Amino acid sequence: MTDTPLVIAGKSFTSRFLLGTGKFKNKKDLSDSIIAGGSQIVTVALRRIDLERHEENILEFIPPHVTLLTNTSGARNAQEAVRIARLAKASGCGNWVKIEVINDSKYLLPDNHETIKATEILSAEGFVVLPYISPDLYAARALVKAGAATVMPLGSFIGSNQGLKTKEFIQVLINEIDLPIIVDAGIGAPSQAAEAMEMGADAVLANTAIATAPNPAVLARAFALAIEAGRLAYLSGLPARHCVAKASSPLTGFLYDDTPTN
Amino acid sequence: MMTLQQIKNILNDARPESVEELAQQAAQLTRRHFGRTMGLYGPLYLSNFCSSHCTYCGFHSQNKIQRIKLGTEQYRKEMQFIHTRGIRNILMLTGESYKHTPVPYLKEAALIASEYFQGIALEVHPMETFEYKELFAAGVDGITVYQETYDRARYAQVHLSGYKKDYDFRYATPRRAAEAGIRQISLGILLGLSDVANDVYALYQHLRELEKSFPGVEYSVSFPRLRTVKTATLAKSNVDDAQFVKIIALTRLLFPRVGINLSTREEPELRDHLLEIGITRISAGSNTSVGGYALLEEKEQDPQFDIKDMRSVDQIVKLLKAKDFDPVFTDWRHIENSL
Repeated sequence: MTDTPLVIAGKSFTSRFLLGTGKFKNKKDLSDSIIAGGSQIVTVALRRIDLERHEENILEFIPPHVTLLTNTSGARNAQEAVRIARLAKASGCGNWVKIEVINDSKYLLPDNHETIKATEILSAEGFVVLPYISPDLYAARALVKAGAATVMPLGSFIGSNQGLKTKEFIQVLINEIDLPIIVDAGIGAPSQAAEAMEMGADAVLANTAIATAPNPAVLARAFALAIEAGRLAYLSGLPARHCVAKASSPLTGFLYDDTPTN
Repeated sequence: MMTLQQIKNILNDARPESVEELAQQAAQLTRRHFGRTMGLYGPLYLSNFCSSHCTYCGFHSQNKIQRIKLGTEQYRKEMQFIHTRGIRNILMLTGESYKHTPVPYLKEAALIASEYFQGIALEVHPMETFEYKELFAAGVDGITVYQETYDRARYAQVHLSGYKKDYDFRYATPRRAAEAGIRQISLGILLGLSDVANDVYALYQHLRELEKSFPGVEYSVSFPRLRTVKTATLAKSNVDDAQFVKIIALTRLLFPRVGINLSTREEPELRDHLLEIGITRISAGSNTSVGGYALLEEKEQDPQFDIKDMRSVDQIVKLLKAKDFDPVFTDWRHIENSL
């Protein structure tokens, strides 16, 4: 079965695995993970980009074919997110931006309201905006109106590896929103990534699970395979699930069987 | 939140296996939330004029030391020195003197610092909200203010004169800084000044209050231990290494995402071990004298405290890499600050 590519703002991607770049123990692990996982979109916090120090500049570890998605980590409101995005663009990081507005340093939950405001402003300025939100139908609809390129709902608390705690709400977004839905945050195992894809998510973003794994590149590869598997399962359609065993040779089929008996 | 009694029990439990268990849990949480990254910052002492008399501090007003306040071109030289070593986060410090280092002086220092650094924090005298607003607008993102001890009676004993005598004004300082929009606030206690369990418990209470009122602030804590200044011992009680480890680990367990800073006043060997347990940010290549980087000869310097870890930034970076840590020089990109 052949798949259609993931299309974001008119750009096509064969990989549905987005990788975050925080928490890696060294930059080589990061670049190895990008290659092993085949990610074509990689998100980097502008706050971590040091343009002056070449040996430490994270951008030098991201292969040139990869689309850079700068994120606004550290922004506490729409205004700060907008300023960070503009600074990213002015620093040569391009116009793809993942809006992260977080005004809570304990739970790190995104502020949907401020995210919508930032999306409105930045989309109007020509940015390709991928907003990170708590999965909420009204917020997602507002983001569509605001010009978002995707919607990125969180699976569970960032860095928690807890998987799809918000599954039912993400399913609503998948059903109702006509933009790519990229499940972000909390995805801690390839099986969880596969689950998101089986549901019909368009892509998955992972970071902590891979960055903090004993062998990041191997786990990145495992995520890529799981995402592909989950995608294929979605495309094929999964058989319905039943609470009780269903006999494959029914006992009462003869009642409706037209074949004459002797 | 733990009760005071629970904290006391943990700190009094000297069994090596319980220290180890606590450290293991803390290490795991630290890696989950921070990965194997380690923030680096450099301190810059702008002035040692001080109008407060704090018995434990080398800069206190009664101490007959050479008083220096750096002028613009002088601190620019110091900044250039620190910048060439690779540091991008700077903590600028002064003694507590409203007269010698007033807001306009600090604002100018912040503006110059923004030419060299991405993250600018101040550890100076406590101020009013409107003053923090001015500093925030001038590019200051972080404020460090230690209560030193939460034991009021002991606080009065060791803070003999000056504005720092006012316990309540100091206690409310992080709140005023947060109201002004400051992004990063660092709290701390001077371990050894008073009863350790009581102080740790009160610090946690303070932090919880602030987290609830100002959830958007990135908090960090520091646990300086009382040290000698030019051979004069000032510590009233001793916090040994095992207790120190437990305090860091306990802080991590109760505040999984809060930063924990470690200064160069600790011995290199201990610092290296603590990196694994819960520390998220360390100073490197530090000099704690005014003009100590590029202006003064070593014999002319009167440090605020004696540095135990003399390793250069390059040496620290090499060490971090050898220990599988990614040194983080840049953790903020300066944007226009306004509320």
